Amino acid sequence: MEYFVIIFGAIFINNIVLSRFLGICPFLGVSKSTTTAIGMGGAVLFVMTIATIVTYLIFQFLLIPFGITYLQTVAYILVIAFLVQVVEIVLKKISPELYRALGVFLPLITTNCAILGVAILVIQQDFNLLESVVFAVANAIGFTLAIVLFSSIREQLDLAEIPPAMKGVPAALVVAGILSMAFMGFSGMNF
Amino acid sequence: MSKPSVIEQLTKGIRKENPVFVLLLGLCPVLGVTSTAINGLGMGLATTFVLIMSNVVISLIKGLIPAKVRIPSFIVVIASFVTVVDLLMAGYLPSLHEQLGLFIPLIVVNCIVLGRAEAFASRNQLLPSLIDGVSMGVGFTYALVLLGGIRELLGSYSIFGLKIIPGDGLLVFVLAPGAFLALGFIIAFFEWRKSTASHVKNPA
Repeated sequence: MEYFVIIFGAIFINNIVLSRFLGICPFLGVSKSTTTAIGMGGAVLFVMTIATIVTYLIFQFLLIPFGITYLQTVAYILVIAFLVQVVEIVLKKISPELYRALGVFLPLITTNCAILGVAILVIQQDFNLLESVVFAVANAIGFTLAIVLFSSIREQLDLAEIPPAMKGVPAALVVAGILSMAFMGFSGMNF
Repeated sequence: MSKPSVIEQLTKGIRKENPVFVLLLGLCPVLGVTSTAINGLGMGLATTFVLIMSNVVISLIKGLIPAKVRIPSFIVVIASFVTVVDLLMAGYLPSLHEQLGLFIPLIVVNCIVLGRAEAFASRNQLLPSLIDGVSMGVGFTYALVLLGGIRELLGSYSIFGLKIIPGDGLLVFVLAPGAFLALGFIIAFFEWRKSTASHVKNPA
């Protein structure tokens, strides 16, 4: 039940993109077609899960014992940047197919604030390791859901007649606003 | 110094190269913290501080950093200043720190800061880098205050906490969807003004 609350909350009630505003750059940047949106979602799922586990272990077994928790920001961002590089190299060797599918999105992920955001949120909410993993996976699914929905609307938007000043980013932002309103319907659900 | 005058350098961040409205960088904090004008101002000033300090330090140490590890080195410099801001704010402005929450540590991954470090500070001398930091920071702050002000005005009929019109306001603008809608319409307004201005200059 506890895990259900975490999963449901992360995907619908506090959707990472539409209500926490994390990962807006890839949300607007790579949402022009549904295929790339799915690719980005997969890459985020992969990196977010690994990054959350590694940063969690570093926080518990390195930063807390040495009393240097104020170095959290510096340590986390370095670990994530390093991790993305490692994932890229390992994936290239082990599974070239997966690398070809996710490859272009991996370097972009270092600056995806959703990754760092989830890593910090996990510590703020006092999750244990298993809860953290569940939280990370659920948030990645929430991100994928939002970006795939958004990209399918944007594909339709290209065909619509809209005022010239609204074309492109402004129209996309308005769509995101309406999508976010739809997700707010879940906010009344309290467990 | 480079060719453009100091004034041009200073004002480019506000209109021509505004990081939010024109370059569309760093939108996460822009949308996340602007439920009121005061939050926008706080976030804008925090980011400006990090921008200026990291631009200055990076332009000073750019000769010492090997090209291959420059991005990680820039990130360490930026993260250090973000930690400074985080601790200072927690100490002196605890209520604002509470409001901005997660978005303070997330200044690290704000594309504007790393973008300016890579595109400008690592190639220019100390003074132009300092001016660039100020300019971009002011532009970012202006965008945040404008968006925060509009959302606060529509959402709770007040500005900087002062009640302008009695009543409760349109709640949706304080909540998440209002951020997307307000930013979308502001960018559309700037686009519209740009297109009408170019029409006047050279009638087609």
